[in-house]
Amino acid sequence: MICCRIVNRGQRHVWNHAQIVVILWNDKTGVRLIKPSKSVVARNFAIEKLEQTGRFVLFLGQVVRYTFKRPVRVRLYLEQMEKIGVDSVPIITLSSLAIGMIFALQMISFLQPFRAEIATGSAVALSMSREFAPVVTTLMLIAKNGSAMAAELGTMKVTEQLDAMETMSVEPIHYLVVPRVIASLVMFPMLTLLANVVGVLGAFLIATGAYELEAATYLAQMFRDLQPTDVYSGLIKAAVMGVIVSTICTYHGLHSLSGARGVGESSTHAVVASSVSILIADYLMATVMMAVMY
Amino acid sequence: MSAIIRLEQLSKSFDSLDVLRGISLDFESKEITSIIGQSGTGKSVLFKCMIGIMAPDEGRVFYKGKDLVEMSEEEKELVQRNFGYAFQDAALFDSMSVAENIAFPLREVLGIRNRREIRQRVREMLEWIELPDIGDKNPSELSGGMRKRVGVARALAIKPEILLFDEPTSGLDPVLGQTINDLVVRVNRELELTCILITHDIPAAFRISDKVAFLHQGEVIAQGPPREVIRSEHDMVRQFVENSFSSQEV
Repeated sequence: MICCRIVNRGQRHVWNHAQIVVILWNDKTGVRLIKPSKSVVARNFAIEKLEQTGRFVLFLGQVVRYTFKRPVRVRLYLEQMEKIGVDSVPIITLSSLAIGMIFALQMISFLQPFRAEIATGSAVALSMSREFAPVVTTLMLIAKNGSAMAAELGTMKVTEQLDAMETMSVEPIHYLVVPRVIASLVMFPMLTLLANVVGVLGAFLIATGAYELEAATYLAQMFRDLQPTDVYSGLIKAAVMGVIVSTICTYHGLHSLSGARGVGESSTHAVVASSVSILIADYLMATVMMAVMY
Repeated sequence: MSAIIRLEQLSKSFDSLDVLRGISLDFESKEITSIIGQSGTGKSVLFKCMIGIMAPDEGRVFYKGKDLVEMSEEEKELVQRNFGYAFQDAALFDSMSVAENIAFPLREVLGIRNRREIRQRVREMLEWIELPDIGDKNPSELSGGMRKRVGVARALAIKPEILLFDEPTSGLDPVLGQTINDLVVRVNRELELTCILITHDIPAAFRISDKVAFLHQGEVIAQGPPREVIRSEHDMVRQFVENSFSSQEV
């Protein structure tokens, strides 16, 4: 964001947000600029990031507080569950089917020289349930729903719809954010379960159809290696990711700057921040689950 | 006449910017009061402080003698039910139809669950703003003037005592602007509501208001009945009034 622009004897000087510049004015020589040291810039950057983190933590606290506050608007929860869950079934089915099929192709070509291609089912089922299904489902939902959450709330903010709610004593976090967070918490794991089933089915079709592996042996091997904890761990990850995505995206929407550009930027920031956050969270959860569950 | 709202030494700053500086104003019950002044003089911030959705840094806001600043959140919510707010661009919820917009405060503020009662009230409000057939339309299908009238209907749905209008005629042609000004007068006369306007439509403000307050750089520099304010010796007021009325004469 450009905060200041000065034209000095034909030279343009432009400063961005969070930069400190000392301007000395001299009638004869024009302005003289003293730029801040790198340590000052770094300190201001750190303070700004700390402020943003603090605001987000306060926002999370409010989300938790309003989750347990009456009235519970069941209709809004169901509406969001339909938007996030039911409406996402086609895209999740298609993407997980493709991933299962591609993964099976790669695994079979890798395992064939060792005559171990029958283990493809186990490999696909384990990696889908532990990692691919929750991560791919979440990434697809960020693209489809996360950006929409940020854009919708951002538009509501810049057109004073949020102010209108507040004047009617309706808290936007209670009315708009909580239903989205709860719906994400419920629907992300359900869609992940769907992705598991469809991905495994896609791999099965490739293994038994294109490569003519014996179906009974393939399935027996897969069910022997796949444990319930593998599925649970993926579903837990999906639930946590659902909360991360919905809170980050709604936060960016509610803090959108004015104008079409502000709304666009908030959507972009929401998608980038939630994508990076779920990958970091996935790594941390995988580390803990490796030690505790598997 | 008794003041339904009294502002005492109200101040509000954002970072180093003083938006309101010691504002003291009385708003009489069942009267129309217009707040006029240049853009960016803190008129909208004044509204938000007045209804309690923004806390002032200093000063007090009294509603019927009770201090809003000192109230708990629950008490404030009860008081806020007596305020209606008609926004500059109507601020209709674009994910809802017109009828759902008007039904929103009935459900959320008054807690009415009876669908027949809600439908009846929505129909009454649409008839009152003389737009009985637009309930199923989306806000995006309405003209600017219709949106503003629906915004007023939504604000009136909960039967408030005070209706705040934020620049009700901005962006409208003079004919539509006149329609909205007539609506403000109807709200005041027929429903006996206290109306407070923020407006740049100076001739209309002087014509329909019982009282005018002029804001400049976060301070009230003139207030009183229109005939008194129009004779103010303050340079800014004179300049504002002369320019507004001379452009009308042209």
